[in-house]
Amino acid sequence: MDDIDRNIINTLQAGFPICDAPYFQVAESLNISETELLARLKALLAKGFLTRFGPLYNAEQMGGALTLAAIKVPAERFEEVTDIINAFPEVAHNYARSHELNMWFVLATETPAQQQQTISAIEGQTGLAVYNMPKLKEYFVNLKLEA
Amino acid sequence: MDATDRRIMHATQAGLPLTPEPYQTLAGQLNLSTAEVMRRLMAMQDSGIIRRIGAVPNHYKLGYRFNGMTVWDVPDGQIDELGRQVGQLPFVSHCYHRPRHLPEWPYNLFAMVHGKTQAEADRQIRQIADVLGNQCHGNEVLYSTKILKKTGFRSR
Repeated sequence: MDDIDRNIINTLQAGFPICDAPYFQVAESLNISETELLARLKALLAKGFLTRFGPLYNAEQMGGALTLAAIKVPAERFEEVTDIINAFPEVAHNYARSHELNMWFVLATETPAQQQQTISAIEGQTGLAVYNMPKLKEYFVNLKLEA
Repeated sequence: MDATDRRIMHATQAGLPLTPEPYQTLAGQLNLSTAEVMRRLMAMQDSGIIRRIGAVPNHYKLGYRFNGMTVWDVPDGQIDELGRQVGQLPFVSHCYHRPRHLPEWPYNLFAMVHGKTQAEADRQIRQIADVLGNQCHGNEVLYSTKILKKTGFRSR
């Protein structure tokens, strides 16, 4: 990753235009060609520097439901339980964390009822209790990180 | 959000096409006009259904190896004021009020911090502790040790 890549990451975290040739517009502001921007963007995604590029949908605004949930996974079952949980398309993120509650995942469902169904299904398939921690209030969200 | 918006959402869940005219590519896939796709994306952005169109970085790959979910036990009566103050700290990426699960999980205020070094993360955590002062009755930091999945919102 070089300075141009860093510039691309920082610029594209802030937003992206909706116009006929948006990559061209962004490329111009970065002083590179559209072809180079597209090639670098593909490489940043392929190499995993970026996990995603596109519209970031707010599940709650769509009438959906979002929650953070945690479970205590016995060490010897960690891989098995990871596979079970990751197989649910409702699981948007899943992180291993250093705690007795060692697996934390975000569930995004189209309806609140589906959230409860998904939690029940995860509890059924894993045999583990899910600690549901839906946000009661959001004070701040800004996903930007300087590259 | 109507059925056409939903089709646009499904078509872009994995990402925006990496073609010179991505909205036209999308329109072709969906049998819509390019103008309609752009108009609908703008409307969804204005109404907050789309937070933004943009890139989501992998923290680790950018050198942020110390990604801590800091959790704090603060009085429910003060949490909104304290949450706003913590959320204003420049390094906090997310800050939420979440329910306790007593007795084993007494924490109700969550704030995510990201450091390239342990010392940087420690400094950030100390600054949060300073904001909370003696209103904090306990805290922990849960570092992420591995990203097991990160796909963003997908629907079935």
